[in-house]
This record gives sequence, structure tokens and C-alpha cells, in this order.
Amino acid sequence: MENDIGLWGVPLAILGGAIRVSTPFIFVSLGEAVTERSGRINLGLEGTLVFGAMAAYAIAVETGSPWAGVLAAMVAGAGFGLLHGWICSFPRVNDIAVGIALMLFGIGIAFFFGKPYIQPSAPNLPAIPLGDWSSLPQVRAALNVNVLFLLGAVLAVALWWAFKNTKIGLIVRVVGDSADSARAMGLSPTAVRLFATAFGGALAAIGGAYLSLYYPGSWNERISSGQGLMAVALVIFARWNPLGCFAAAMLFGGAGALGPALQSVGVTQGYYLFYAAPYILTLLIMIATSSPGRQLAGAPGELSITK
Amino acid sequence: MTDLAISRRSLLKTSAAGAALGLVGWPAFPTRVRAAATTIGFIYVGPKDDFGYNQAHAEGAKALKALDGIELVEEENVPETVDVQKTMESMINLDGASLLFPTSFGYFDPHMLAMCKKFPDVQFRHCGGLWDKSKHPTNAGSYFGYIAMGQYLNGVVAGHTTKSKKIGFVAAKPIPQVLNNVNAFLLGARAVDPTITCQVIFTGEWSLAVKEAEAVNALVDQGADVITCHVDGPKVVVQTAANRGAFVCGYHASQAPLAPEKYLTGAEWNWATVYTMYAKHLLAGEPLPNFTRGGIQDGFVKMSPLGPAVSEPARKQFEATLADIRKGGYAVIKGPLKDNRGKEIAAVGKAFPETAIELESTSFLVEGVQGSTS
Repeated sequence: MENDIGLWGVPLAILGGAIRVSTPFIFVSLGEAVTERSGRINLGLEGTLVFGAMAAYAIAVETGSPWAGVLAAMVAGAGFGLLHGWICSFPRVNDIAVGIALMLFGIGIAFFFGKPYIQPSAPNLPAIPLGDWSSLPQVRAALNVNVLFLLGAVLAVALWWAFKNTKIGLIVRVVGDSADSARAMGLSPTAVRLFATAFGGALAAIGGAYLSLYYPGSWNERISSGQGLMAVALVIFARWNPLGCFAAAMLFGGAGALGPALQSVGVTQGYYLFYAAPYILTLLIMIATSSPGRQLAGAPGELSITK
Repeated sequence: MTDLAISRRSLLKTSAAGAALGLVGWPAFPTRVRAAATTIGFIYVGPKDDFGYNQAHAEGAKALKALDGIELVEEENVPETVDVQKTMESMINLDGASLLFPTSFGYFDPHMLAMCKKFPDVQFRHCGGLWDKSKHPTNAGSYFGYIAMGQYLNGVVAGHTTKSKKIGFVAAKPIPQVLNNVNAFLLGARAVDPTITCQVIFTGEWSLAVKEAEAVNALVDQGADVITCHVDGPKVVVQTAANRGAFVCGYHASQAPLAPEKYLTGAEWNWATVYTMYAKHLLAGEPLPNFTRGGIQDGFVKMSPLGPAVSEPARKQFEATLADIRKGGYAVIKGPLKDNRGKEIAAVGKAFPETAIELESTSFLVEGVQGSTS
């Protein structure tokens, strides 16, 4: 057979899967990294992701423009972030509990408003064919890269640079590491956290838009299957470093593609085990990089889980 | 212990009745206020407009609205956990349902069986379960259709359409109904060309959009050019396959609008036949059958109209096979046949017609299917 790639299908599927599946993880984890760097945890991003997916799909169906959908998702996501930040600005409010409440709220209203949009088809986001140099259709398909993935990659580098080199980056870090020092500098931790949470929400909703408008590219109530929650965990795994978030998201995407790819080349025994690969990988890396002697490196000092 | 347990709902009911009594001084009114109409409850595991399994059931349920004296209660997105027991209890106690259709595979054991014992006056009919007179209560029952025949016809069209001689199947879980469909799809294709193979990928869940899309990509990467599936909502599979340039055969409901050029045909449920039959028995006060099965000739299963990509020879063989199946008793699994590990399933001359009860506990994949059940 002419285009038989045999076992090469596995690494190719991992690469293709890393590119296809990772984008929601990238956006949610980058958003959460910014929020957590400012000293707050928003566990509600799963809800924001699902609502973003619904909003993007609905607006894309109504207007015929997928980018209008992405924009609508961002606005909605920022709204969820502002709500979280505003509630948490009251004294003695637990950000984790508020996050869980907003997660359920976001999923619930996404299902409610999303009902009429399960059937219609929305226009998809454009992809850039980076694989045209290859004569193999498999390679071309794997390297058909969506614009949002590239944006996510650029954003990861930009955030990493901004945390180190810009005033805004410094402000977010100070607020996250010590609210007292921030106040002494004349900064308002509440305001900074409000905006950092809103920013995180907007990014998470872009991840949702990718799910419903590109891959797998349809809105239904099972679209996320917990990816928003996984991405929040990825942030800790990536030690609050935007570049780390990007790498971890790629790793998860690739590991997720392993199960179907192995079955397709004939390794068919024990596929449930392969589906657990991303989680086993997480456990191993967490064990390998942890140390009993010190706190998690890079953890913001104000974070309620590390305080 | 269990006899003493009071469910929250019964507690609420009693206290509400008590409150009414105390406040107004009237006797507690009966809970089944809607005695005039017969209420039938439908429970779905996913959204009822999913282009798939749940939509097929919901369309069947809709047919009952045309009947006089029937009232419907429906609930969607009910997980296959103790949640479905609560839903059933609420449909019985609050809506007064006298017949329930919990439609998802995992609802049967233990959830529906537990409810059958708790509410012996209510009738339960489950889709796909294997009701056994000796083991299960008489107010339970099950219905299903021989949809594997539809997948066999899908396979016939796929066998004519494939150029790579490799076809693909995205499957959810390795349960008998799914395995029958995989086997039938391949055997249908092999009725056209015995060198065709079928690659199956199990996703492990009824509805996992991203994994289903990945599975389609992996199948197409390995050269499969006609794809079908057995998952709850085939929308993602159909769209992804069509985007990759592969042809698709549908399942559960018609997905033709999603990929008009690439859609060949599809095996669809026609549950309206079954639900109308049950409802008419119920209205007439007759006992409901416990074990209901039927195929294409009984109107339980139908085929989507053939798509524009179907060739003339494919159409001819499709129609001839369909006519044979309509005669009843068609056997897809017939000897000599081995499974894909080389073990003999049927010796020469041995055939399992669609009605064979053995097929409801299938645990093998036939020779030519690449995949494994565990």
C-alpha cells in the first residue's frame, strides 16, 4: 500500500495529538498561571471552559464568524473571572470554594443556553497547513496547525518574558508573593487579583472556543470531559512557569493520543491502561521532581494551598 | 436495615401531606393526581438531540405524543449511577409514571432491577438488557433490535467503496451489542471482497468527543477509508472522518446532514414502532411483553437513504441483501468462521440467525477484525 506508514503512525499520532489536543490545556493553564501568580486560585475554569465552548459555538452559528465566537467566549470568560475575583475580594471568602461553585454554575448555564445549539453546525476556525512539504497525507494532517495553537505558543513565551521583564509582571508577582509588601508599595492586591482572574477566565474561555470550533469541533454537553480541571492541575505540575505550562500541555496532548494510535497499529491489549498514560506520567514526574526538604519551587507565597 | 430506610423523597412527601393536613385541615390528597392519563417515563443518558443514541429514543418517545391518554415525562443526562434510581423514583412518586423506559445500557443492573423490586406495580422495560425469566422480576423486561443487520448492510456498501481494503470502526465499550456490530460491519464488507480488514478502536466510554476524534485520525492515518462507529453521539466521528476525506456509515440516527457528500448509508433505530406497541398494550390494559426483539423486517431498524457516493454495484448488492434480510432469520455469523485469535466460532454448516440468543452474549471479534476486547 502506497501510504502505509505502519508503526511510524504512533510517533506521528503523538505529535499530531500533541498539537491537536493540547490547545485547550495551553490556554486554561496559562490563564490559571497568571491568576495563581497573583495569589489566587480559580478552580472554576472548567466551568469557564465549558461556557466558553458553548458561547463561541452559539455566536459562531448566529453570526457565521468563528472569530466573533472566540471574542464572545473571551468576554464571557472575563465576566466569570471578574465574578470570581469580586466575590473573593470580600474578607474571609475562600477562593477554592467559590471556584467550585462557579465551575458548577458555568457548566449548568452552558447546558441551559446551549440546548438549541447541539444540532446546528458552526463554521470552524481556520488552520494553517504547515505540512505541505510532505507527500504523506498523514504528515500533512498532523501538521495542519490551528491558529489558536500558534497563538498559545506565542502567548506562553510572551507571558514568560513579561513576568520577568515588565512592570506589570513584577506587580502580579509581588501581589502573589506578599500582599503586605504590595500594599507598602502602594499597590492594591484586590484590584490586581481581580484583573488577573479576569485575564485567566478570558484565556480559559478561548480554550473552550477551540474545543467547540476546531477540535473536535462541535458543541455537546460532554465536550470537555474534565480538561479544565486537568489544566488547573497542570499549572502546579509546571511550577507556575508559562513555558512549563506549554510543555506540560503538549505532553498531555501527546499522551492522550497514545491509546488510539497504539490500537490502530495493532497493539490492542490493555487499552484502558494506555488511556491512563497521561496520569501515570504526571504522578511519575511529580514524584521525580518533589523534594522533602523544600517547598514547591516557584509557588507564589500568597496562594491559599501553599500558605 | 434496608426495610427501615426512609428515602428523602418519601419523607418529604409524608411531611408535605402532614403539613397540608395541619394547615388546612383537609385530608391529604392522593399523590397520583394525574390518574386520568397514563404516564410513561423516558430516561436518557445524554442530550436527546445528540444525532445519536438518545436522539433515536427521543424520536421514538415523540411518537407517543400522538396517542390519546398518554403523558410523557423525560429526563436527559442521567448518569449510569445511583442517580438513575433517584430519577426513576421521582418519576414514579411525583409524576405517577406507570411504565418506565430507562434507555441506557448501564441502567439495567443493578439500578433498574432494584427499582423493580421496590415498585412491583410499575412496569420497567430496558433497552438492550438481557431479561431472563428465571433471574429477573416479571415487571421488568427488555427490548432491542437486530441493528447488527444494519451494520452488515453498512459493511456491504463500505466493501464496495473502500479502495485501501481497510475499513475502520470507532467503538465505545466491548459489550456484546457493540461486538456484534463490529463483526457484522466487517462480514458485510467481506461479502464483497474477502481480503478486506477492519480496524477497531475502543474509546472506553459512550461519549468522549476528543478521544473519538483522535480515534478517527488514527484510523485514517493507518489507511482506513470508510469509517463507522458505535458511540452515543456519532456527530464528532462523522465530521472528523469527512474532514479527513474518508467515507462514513452512520449509526443510531441519520447523520447525513453533517457530511452529505461522504455519507454512504447508516443503520438507524426506529423506536417509534416499539414504544407505540408498548403504549397500546398499556392503554388496553393488557400485559406488556417482557422480551421484545425485532429487526429490519419488523420496523425496529431502518437504513438511511443511500448517499451520492454509493456506486451502482454497491446499490444493487445493498438492495439484494436488504431483500434477503427482510425475509427474516438472516445469519451474518455462519460457519466456517473463526475469531481473530484463530478459535473456531462456527463449524461448517452452523449458522447463528439474527434471532439467535447466543449473539446477545457475544465476546469475540471475527477473523479480519484487528482489535481486542480487553
